[in-house]
Amino acid sequence: MTEQAGPESGGVPGDAGAPQPGEREARGPGGLGRVPPGRGVKGGSPPFAGGASPRGDGDTALLSVRDLVQEFIVRERGGGKAGVVQAVSGVSFDVMSGETLGIVGETGSGKSTLARAILQAPRPKSGSVVFRGTELTNLRGGRLLQARRHMQFVFQDPFGSLDPKWKVRSIIDEPLIAYRAGGREARRKRVNELLDLVGLDPARYAGRHPRELSGGQAQRVAIARAVALEPSLIICDEAVSSLDVLIQAQVLNLFEKLRGELGLSYLFIAHDLALVKQVSDRVAVMYLGKLCEVGQGEAVYRRPLHPYTKALLDSIPSTEPGAGRATATIEGEPPSPINPPSGCRFRTRCPLATDLCAAEEPLPRELAPGHVVACHFPLMPGTSVITPAASSGVRQA
Amino acid sequence: MTDALLQVDDLRVTFAVGGREVRAVDGISFTVSPGATLAIIGESGSGKTVSCRAIMGLLPTGTAIGGSARLRGTELLGLSDAELRRYRGSDLAMVFQDPARSLNPTMRVGLQITEAITTHRATRGGRQSKREAQQQAIELLRLVRIPAAERRFHEYPHQLSGGMRQRVMIAMALACRPKLLIADEATTALDVTTQAQIMELLLELQEELGMALIMISHDLGLAASYADEVIVMYAGKIVEQAPAAGLFGAGGAVRMRYTRALLDAIPHLERPAHTLLPVVTGRPPDPTALPPGCSFAPRCQYAEDDCRAKVPALAEHVPGHRWACWHPCENGAAPHD
Repeated sequence: MTEQAGPESGGVPGDAGAPQPGEREARGPGGLGRVPPGRGVKGGSPPFAGGASPRGDGDTALLSVRDLVQEFIVRERGGGKAGVVQAVSGVSFDVMSGETLGIVGETGSGKSTLARAILQAPRPKSGSVVFRGTELTNLRGGRLLQARRHMQFVFQDPFGSLDPKWKVRSIIDEPLIAYRAGGREARRKRVNELLDLVGLDPARYAGRHPRELSGGQAQRVAIARAVALEPSLIICDEAVSSLDVLIQAQVLNLFEKLRGELGLSYLFIAHDLALVKQVSDRVAVMYLGKLCEVGQGEAVYRRPLHPYTKALLDSIPSTEPGAGRATATIEGEPPSPINPPSGCRFRTRCPLATDLCAAEEPLPRELAPGHVVACHFPLMPGTSVITPAASSGVRQA
Repeated sequence: MTDALLQVDDLRVTFAVGGREVRAVDGISFTVSPGATLAIIGESGSGKTVSCRAIMGLLPTGTAIGGSARLRGTELLGLSDAELRRYRGSDLAMVFQDPARSLNPTMRVGLQITEAITTHRATRGGRQSKREAQQQAIELLRLVRIPAAERRFHEYPHQLSGGMRQRVMIAMALACRPKLLIADEATTALDVTTQAQIMELLLELQEELGMALIMISHDLGLAASYADEVIVMYAGKIVEQAPAAGLFGAGGAVRMRYTRALLDAIPHLERPAHTLLPVVTGRPPDPTALPPGCSFAPRCQYAEDDCRAKVPALAEHVPGHRWACWHPCENGAAPHD
């Protein structure tokens, strides 16, 4: 797929530019479940490509990311090269049409860099990003803009992404003008529709400036702008993290509503595991630039295979009185992405790490259908489930 | 007097903004016993931070503060800065949300801690050699479990991670072994694994030093997991107050509709994907124009005429459990069953 340039037109899913099922099969080694520890299949893409079952039955991915690498050079005071930040190191996954893929990771895990690399801003160092059948990494200028039209972003800080001098109407109108979507009157109607869609009364809000909005309202405007061009994929980077919990619930419900009404797919990036679980079909866990576990949300949360996923789950405060006192979590903090640890990047904090983990990088293995982990010593299903501390989100209700 | 460490009675804080009165804190009362952990929960603007800043004497001059806050019988409100300095640090200390902004970026962290130690010693009339203070600072860094404390002593804040910086802030706050530590969203900016580490550290230190802790947070989960007592604030008032075990878990029952809404809005792991969250519409009221009745009534789906007419008083309906609601949840049941 890497060699496959997109079709001239910008592409429609399922057209000639889309990868054929046969090719996909050849690339994604399926049932790798029986590979002995540490001996993954070298070469070829890791089976983090997901979709799991949809693979091979003619379903194509809306977004296909393969071996994506993003690095930044850190310079010394004199301008000499001091090191290379390995922000994203060979990440592969698929987002199927209508699917929400959640990516969860801590600060510095590279999740935001990954999102930006998909958007080609800045361009990734290597790897492939195929969106609606079009390879984005070798497109430029107008062609890239056209291809990206159906992929929109919602960021954490709505005030940072809305021009303070513009009125709400102009903010939402801008992408419509940029992509020449209709005349003045048609666009006016469209902006009103969009405001209605995100639950803001056009008569009250279209004439306001961002400073006259609350955080939740501003995020709704950012969402209206994101869906203005009828995208098929929205990438949310911590899109509700700065909102109070009641407002956060309103915005999450709005995302769900739009998913149903507009048939959207989401790449939902956040540090909050419970939040990601709530909105996602599949969840990918990222640590220090690499994916360590991908699977159906329920499977990842109920039967985490990677020790890091387990540690994250154990760290969530639950609504159980005194549960915090029982919390057992991992020590230390993620190491620097400049010169990351050899082998498994989590090994320096992993309670199960051995010499093998330092010597050899664990390759992704599919241990259950659609549930892939990159670990030499995965937690076997049944031995380790969510601890009472983390699962007792159940309240007296 | 009483055995309470901190006793707050009818605390009121009013700001004047553009000629209008903003009642940020509207008559709250609570006590903290020695060694206990109290969580104050609320959304932005609920008054949780302002009330603690009022107690610490950290509000801008010109703010109208009423009521009383007594630390082991001594009234704190109305003390001059110089008088307050005798209590701050040694009896009361505070840790804030953003450690990066609370630390001086141009000063080595060790010196900042040393400074805290010597300043407080000086106010208390004691004298101490610089060497002793430095030794003590290194011990404090060890106390907050910073590895390689001697090396970290000489580093600048930018060389430390967020979690490490927060540990340094805690070390400074603990410099004079306070009896009460106020942690204002101290773990909010941290990752979940780091948050768990810092909370664990605070609990251990609390036990080691016999210190009481007030955690200010927006996170009910954090309160449930770590606090003995929980206060929920809305629009400047306490709307529910109970021991954590009286609110959460199998034996608990949330009564106030707002607390219930907060609890229901938290995404949690047991819900299947794509379930819609029970939604409360609207936003907290404008503090310059509070509604005449219950402040939550305009957003509450159970509100009736009496809610909009009269303010419900915070009353102890069950021993130890107070709430302010005309139509409370029956046995804490979820509104959607």
